[in-house]
Amino acid sequence: MSIDRRQFLLITAGVAAAGLAGKQTLSVFAENQARKSDGFAGKRWAMLIDLKKCHENEGCTKCIDACHLTHNVPHFGNKKDEIKWIWKEKFEHAFVEQENYFVPEQVKQKPVLLFCNHCSNPPCVSVCPTQATWKRKDGIVMMDWHRCVGCRYCMAACPYGSRSFNWREPRTHIKQLNPDFPTRTKGVVEKCTFCDERLARGLKPACVESCPVKAMVFGDLENPNSEIRKMLGETFTMRRKPELGTQPEIYYII
Amino acid sequence: MLEQAFSGSKKYWTWLIILLVIIGCGVLAFLYQFYQGLGVTGMSRDVTWGFYIAQFTFLVGVAASAVMVVLPYYVHHYKDFGKITILGEFLAIGAVIMCMLFIFVDMGQPLRVVNIFLYPSPNSLMFWDSMSLGGYLVLNVIISRYTLDCEKKGIAPPKWLKPVVILSIPWAVSIHTVTAFLYQGLAARPFWLSAVMAPRFLATAFSAGPALLILLCLLLRKITKFDVGSEPIQKLAIITTYAMLLNIFFLLMEIFTGLYSGLPDHARHFQFLYFGLDGNYRLVPWMWISTILAIVSLILLLVPKYRKNEKLLIVAAFTVFLSIWIDKGLGMVVTGFIPSPLGYVPDYWPTWVEATISLAIYALGLLIVTVLYKVALSVRRMLKTV
Repeated sequence: MSIDRRQFLLITAGVAAAGLAGKQTLSVFAENQARKSDGFAGKRWAMLIDLKKCHENEGCTKCIDACHLTHNVPHFGNKKDEIKWIWKEKFEHAFVEQENYFVPEQVKQKPVLLFCNHCSNPPCVSVCPTQATWKRKDGIVMMDWHRCVGCRYCMAACPYGSRSFNWREPRTHIKQLNPDFPTRTKGVVEKCTFCDERLARGLKPACVESCPVKAMVFGDLENPNSEIRKMLGETFTMRRKPELGTQPEIYYII
Repeated sequence: MLEQAFSGSKKYWTWLIILLVIIGCGVLAFLYQFYQGLGVTGMSRDVTWGFYIAQFTFLVGVAASAVMVVLPYYVHHYKDFGKITILGEFLAIGAVIMCMLFIFVDMGQPLRVVNIFLYPSPNSLMFWDSMSLGGYLVLNVIISRYTLDCEKKGIAPPKWLKPVVILSIPWAVSIHTVTAFLYQGLAARPFWLSAVMAPRFLATAFSAGPALLILLCLLLRKITKFDVGSEPIQKLAIITTYAMLLNIFFLLMEIFTGLYSGLPDHARHFQFLYFGLDGNYRLVPWMWISTILAIVSLILLLVPKYRKNEKLLIVAAFTVFLSIWIDKGLGMVVTGFIPSPLGYVPDYWPTWVEATISLAIYALGLLIVTVLYKVALSVRRMLKTV
C-alpha cells in the first residue's frame, strides 16, 4: 500500500494528537487521584437547624453576613444576577406543597434558612460533565471553580435552588474582600461548601459560629455521641423534598 | 471538490456576503458577551438555560432527520431519494455544527470547553451528547464526501461505506435520544421528567426536518436548475405527516398525564405554557400560535388533494416547521424552569445579544449548507454536461 503526502500528513497529525491526548489523560488521572482522596474519611457532616430558636432573633442575618463575608460572595442588588450561599425563604417556598391549611403564623411567616443540602445522592454531581463538582468522602459536595465550564447543568439538576452562577464579573461587587478566601471569576457556578476550608483548620462553619442563639448544629452523623446525632434521635425533623431520593443532610426542626 | 464553492454567480456571492455580514455582527455580539459575562442574556439564577440551549435542542432534531432520507434509500432501496440523500446529509452537517456552536456560546467559560474531554464523565449525559454529536458529524462528513466523490468519478462507492451508512441510522436516533435524556433524567424538573420526551423529540425531528428539506428542495428547483422531481417531495410530505401526527399524539399524552393527574408539580408548568401563571403570560400567545399552526399543517397534510398541491405543501411545510420551532425553540426548555423548584414564577425572554448571536449561528449554518449544496449541485451539473 502506498501512502501519498496527504495521507502521511493525516497519519502524523493523528499520531501526534493521540499522544497528546494520552499524556493529558494520564496527568488528569493523577490529579483526580490526589483530589478525590481529600475530606475526612469516616465522617459524615450534617447540619440541623432549629427554626424555633432561629425565630427568637427576628430579622437576624448574622449567619448570612458571616458566610457571604467569609467567602467573598458578591452582592449585585438584583434578583437576576443574585449569588447566595445561604438565604432565607418562607415556609411555602422552602417546603413546597407541604403547607397545610391553618398553620401557626409562626411557621407561615417566619423564614427558613436555606443552603446547599450536601445530598448523599447529589444529582448535581451526576450531571457535571467535567467533575468540577464532586462528593467528598465526608459528604461535602465540593466545587472546583477552576474546572467548571459554566454549563449550568448542575443548576438545572438541583431540586433546591442551591446553586448560583456568576452571570457578571463578581470581583467588582464584593463589599469587603476577605484575602484568606479565593474570589471567583465570571462564568462559573458556586455554592455553600460547608466551610471545608474552616473544617480543615478544626473550626465550625462560619454560619454556625456566628449564630447568637445556637440555632444551627453542625456535626458528624457517623459519630453516635455527636450532638447532632442525639438531637436527631430526640426530636422529629424534616428535610426538603425527601421524596426525590437525594437524601439531604440538612435537617430542620419546625 | 470544495473548489466548486469558490465559483458562482453574482446572486450566490451576494447571498454569501449577506450571511457573512450577519455572522460578523454575531461575532461582535459574542465578544461583548464574552467580556461582560452571560449576564447580558435574559437568563437568571432561576432560568439558567434559555434561547441558546433551546436552539441547540431544536437543531439536534434537524440533524437527526437526515435519517429519514438515508433509511428509505439505503435500507429500502427507495431509488427516488437518490438525488436528495446528499442534501439530507449536508443539512445534517450544517445542523450539527450549529448545535455545537449553540452549546459553545452558552458556556460561562467557553475557553474551558475542552475540559469535557479532558475529564470525561460518563455519569453526565452532556458527555454522551458531545460524543454522539461529534460522532454523527464525522459519520456524515465521511458518507457525503465519499458518495459525492464516487459519483463525480462515476464509480461505485467503496464497499466499506455501506456499513458506515447503516451505522449512521441508529446513530441519528441516538443523538436526539441522548439530547432528550439531558432533560428527562432530572428529578428536579417535573416538566421534563417524562418518558415520552425522547419519542416526542424524534417525532418533532422527523416532521420538522423533512419539512425543511421539502422547502429546500422546492427552493433549489426555483433558483437553480436542480429538480429532485415531485415523487420524492411527496414521499417527504408523507413522512412529515406521519411524524407530525405522532408528535401531536405524544403532546396530548403529556398534557393528559400532567393535567388529569392534577399533580401540581406537573400541572403548573402546562398552566404557565398555555394559560399563564401568577401573572406571567410570556409564552401563552406563542403556544397558541404553535397549536393553530399544527392544526393547519395537519389539515393540509392529511387531505391528499392539498398535500399533492405543491403550493399548499409549501404552506404545510412552513406551518409544521414553525409550529415545532415555537414548541421546542421557545417553550420546551424555559418552561422546565418556570415555575422554579421553590415555587416562584420567574420570567425569561432573550435579549438582543442572544438574538444577534443566535441569528449569526443560523447564518453560519445556512452558509455551510449553501456552500455544500453548491458543491453537490456543481458536481451533478458537470456529470450532466460531460
